Amino acid sequence: MIHEQSIREILNSLDKKEYSCRELVDHFIARASDANASLNAFITDTYETARNEADHMDTLRSNGTAPSLAGIPIAHKDIFCTRGVKTTAGSLMLDNFVAPYSATVVEKLSAAGTISIGKTNMDEFAMGSSNENSHYGPVKNPWSEKVVPGGSSGGSAAAVAARLCVAATGTDTGGSIRQPASMCGITGIKPTYGRISRWGMIAYASSLDQAGPMTKSAEDAAILLNIMAGYDEKDSTSAEQPVPDYTKCLNEPLKGLKLGFCKEYFGDGLDPKIEIAIQTALRQFEAQGAEIIEISLPSSKHAIPAYYVIAPAEASANLSTI
Amino acid sequence: MIVDKDVVLNIAELAQLQIEDDEVDHYVDSLGRILQLVEEMQSVDTQGVEPVSNPLDGIQRLREDRVTEEDQRELFLANAPESEQGLFLVPRVVE
Repeated sequence: MIHEQSIREILNSLDKKEYSCRELVDHFIARASDANASLNAFITDTYETARNEADHMDTLRSNGTAPSLAGIPIAHKDIFCTRGVKTTAGSLMLDNFVAPYSATVVEKLSAAGTISIGKTNMDEFAMGSSNENSHYGPVKNPWSEKVVPGGSSGGSAAAVAARLCVAATGTDTGGSIRQPASMCGITGIKPTYGRISRWGMIAYASSLDQAGPMTKSAEDAAILLNIMAGYDEKDSTSAEQPVPDYTKCLNEPLKGLKLGFCKEYFGDGLDPKIEIAIQTALRQFEAQGAEIIEISLPSSKHAIPAYYVIAPAEASANLSTI
Repeated sequence: MIVDKDVVLNIAELAQLQIEDDEVDHYVDSLGRILQLVEEMQSVDTQGVEPVSNPLDGIQRLREDRVTEEDQRELFLANAPESEQGLFLVPRVVE
């Protein structure tokens, strides 16, 4: 099934002409338009431009000038400005805002040939962790409509988990990529602050916000991160550091790696099922050769109070400009 | 500082927010909890802890002072429900 394929497998199939970019995009559009009435993962669809871009990518593929990810259907969290496309951040306040420019992340992924089929639902201005706080209604978790998909990047997580697109962008201030990725059973990474440009990304708490990929696998996340990462002169907080090829280390053995297990994160209130899952993962890492070391970060207990002082203060400053 | 009903109603008035009577207790409680977190932070002993502003040794970059933005007034004004002489028209908020 096309929608279960990894990015590498899809690129391979496109190279072998098993299907065209247009057929690939049409396949995901059909899935998205079927599922969205129940999942509410998308606020805005861009099916028409996606079809046109797919035809264009087919042309580039046939004359050998296609960029590296030509034809891969993705979706952008509705916090990224997309030129000519409504960008709401999940808020009624921006219900009529058509972005006059595109975020650097959007530009980079577009230049790499990916095709966005729509803008995904989110908690309003990224404040929330259940996706129930969107003006456009709650997102449902594809695994069960009785549970939330997490948030604030819940629309992106649900869309990838339900295979409505191959990958999606998200943003994470205090868990907004990692938590919905976990709740929907996909892969999400919050990269180091400064790794990815925040230009064109509607700000929540500027000293904590960071964009990242949300995908079906670590390999797909590495492929997307390769494109998204890098210095941008338009974002003075983006790091002027070289970007390594993240796919290079995917098959390296874990032998020689030391993994810190921070005991402060496994205290009171931990669901036993989660603890078992973490312990199982640790044993698997050990079996692969990694060394697990218990560490202590005693100031961790101040993280939540610090977050709830810093994040709302920065949000207040940022939202006064909306 | 103690957050009580009067404080919440005063803040709401300053922020031009309408709060229903039955919501006031909720805001007294949630704003109070945020101030508790602030107090928790203030009680932490930070003697001898070196201040960190950026863990990556980030520097404030400078650039040549030249115009980089092109004139896109028409494009930006396209989002305005109403405009006049190249300016956004907004409802009056200050009496």
